[in-house]
Amino acid sequence: MEAAMGLMRRIPPKHSEAALTALLSLLPHHSADLLSQVDQPLQVLCDVDSGKQFILCEYNRDADSYRSPWSNKYHPPLDDGLYPSQELRKLEVDANDVFMVYLDQSINRYYEGGTSSVYIWEHEDEGFIACFLIKKDGSRTADGRRGYLEEGSWEAIHVIEVVPLEEATARYCLTSSVMLSLTTNDESSGNFNLSGSIRRQMNMDLPVAAGHLCNMGRMIEEMESKLRYSLDQVYFGKTKEMVCTLRPPSEPVQTRLLELISKRRP
Amino acid sequence: MSDEEETQPTDEQKIEIAKWFLLNAPAGEIQYIAKDMKAVLQDETLYITAAAEAFPLYNKSHMICLDFPDRSGEVMVTSFSEIGENEYLDPRTAQVAIVDHVNQVCRRARPANDEELPTPYIEEYRYALDIEVTKYVSEVYPKGICSVHCVNGKDVEEPGMDFELVVVISATRLSPQNFCNGSWRSIWNVEFKDEAQLVEVRGTLQVGAHYFEEGNVQLDAKHECKDSTMFTVKLELEYLSPEDSAHSVTTIICHQETEYLNSLQTSYSKLPDATFKDLRRKLPVTRTLFPWHNTSQFSLRKDIQKSLGLEKKK
Repeated sequence: MEAAMGLMRRIPPKHSEAALTALLSLLPHHSADLLSQVDQPLQVLCDVDSGKQFILCEYNRDADSYRSPWSNKYHPPLDDGLYPSQELRKLEVDANDVFMVYLDQSINRYYEGGTSSVYIWEHEDEGFIACFLIKKDGSRTADGRRGYLEEGSWEAIHVIEVVPLEEATARYCLTSSVMLSLTTNDESSGNFNLSGSIRRQMNMDLPVAAGHLCNMGRMIEEMESKLRYSLDQVYFGKTKEMVCTLRPPSEPVQTRLLELISKRRP
Repeated sequence: MSDEEETQPTDEQKIEIAKWFLLNAPAGEIQYIAKDMKAVLQDETLYITAAAEAFPLYNKSHMICLDFPDRSGEVMVTSFSEIGENEYLDPRTAQVAIVDHVNQVCRRARPANDEELPTPYIEEYRYALDIEVTKYVSEVYPKGICSVHCVNGKDVEEPGMDFELVVVISATRLSPQNFCNGSWRSIWNVEFKDEAQLVEVRGTLQVGAHYFEEGNVQLDAKHECKDSTMFTVKLELEYLSPEDSAHSVTTIICHQETEYLNSLQTSYSKLPDATFKDLRRKLPVTRTLFPWHNTSQFSLRKDIQKSLGLEKKK
């Protein structure tokens, strides 16, 4: 299993779907672990009742069907599907509404458009797991407005494990992954593709008086800004640094070199 | 999904999968992938078959450089230097390396025989270009290696016939302890066309970078310089000395590679601004954090939406 994760860390991100399919076929007994630990590009379906889109992931899947957070129904319909408890379902409904406002209001904030979904499941004792998902397409023809990208997508998965502690507090363990893919294609620079994913974790013990939703929301907002910083550093920092290490740009040197080469001709 | 119903992949399929993983390893990482692949496959025989097929392709594609056993020089493993199964020619020392692909080492070397080498006429051009390119590479790439081969017309003995040389340049930076690896590869085809009295230069440049601390981020950039009208050196081939042609060609290569690096840097400066903001803006316009604590009041939510004129379009 460790070897499988090692492979996923090295395979080019644009091939990650194919890689995961291959690993699932080779290691069927580890499928649960693989599916939950490997981040994949997010897919969406349209809820038949509300016409709204919802994001697919392991947390809303049962057999081959996916549960919509808007109608609480499985698509395609499932007879014996698993559902969260009434209490958790209420939290889930609230979370989806709020998260959508967070995203919508972010029309002028973090995102322009995009789809969000939240799924909540029972966990050990009285705890639960909440999964917040965002999918955003920034290419020329989709939601993006500036149209510089040939292809681009931003996807975020935030999984929070909530465990109640004593004295009206709870422990929140957040694992966040952001997957970013950017492709540009033009005459002078050819085909340029920068993609991949970054994972971070954050744990906090917070009083539940403010409400789970409030606590989780704040953690996610803080995490997203940290992640954005990391992405900037890694995507545009580290990879560029590598390119410049391979072939240091040095204008005075280059010009002199060109001069030398042309001067040497008899 | 009931896994019990999924049929196990066949041996052939397993081999294909293993080959695929190996071939897609980033620069300098195939041995790590090999180790993990062995563990996942749990079948030594299948792995060996896959490795035997994948490693030669990978090594040639990444133009790996191997030392001769007696340290007399090095050989670049490429499709241009391949003269037999597992045999690669180093024109500089006129030796042929016998290569163990899976272990990525040169097992032994033998002198090249005359049929394997270009004619003295061609060798003059090859040698002159090799000198110029080597000088260029040493000045521009901190860890660059290069090689020049004749891929067409190596038996041409005098002016009047076409021939073609290939320049390969490779630079890698491997820093696994810093979770970062990268490579630069260029391949330049130089065609000497007698009838048209010109030298045509075409190139392919490929840059890759991989960062894998707490994640997996990769750059994959490729560019083809195909516009031959730009890089055609029209000269009287009859009077074009090997040294002259070498100067001209190297100047073109230097210019193009510098231009490409500049355009990569431009992409990097444009991307965070145009692209990142396409997907995500740095600070909210209102400059305040989202009011999570107020959201339990749904009338507030509806008010927020109304005031922003937002509709649930989804």
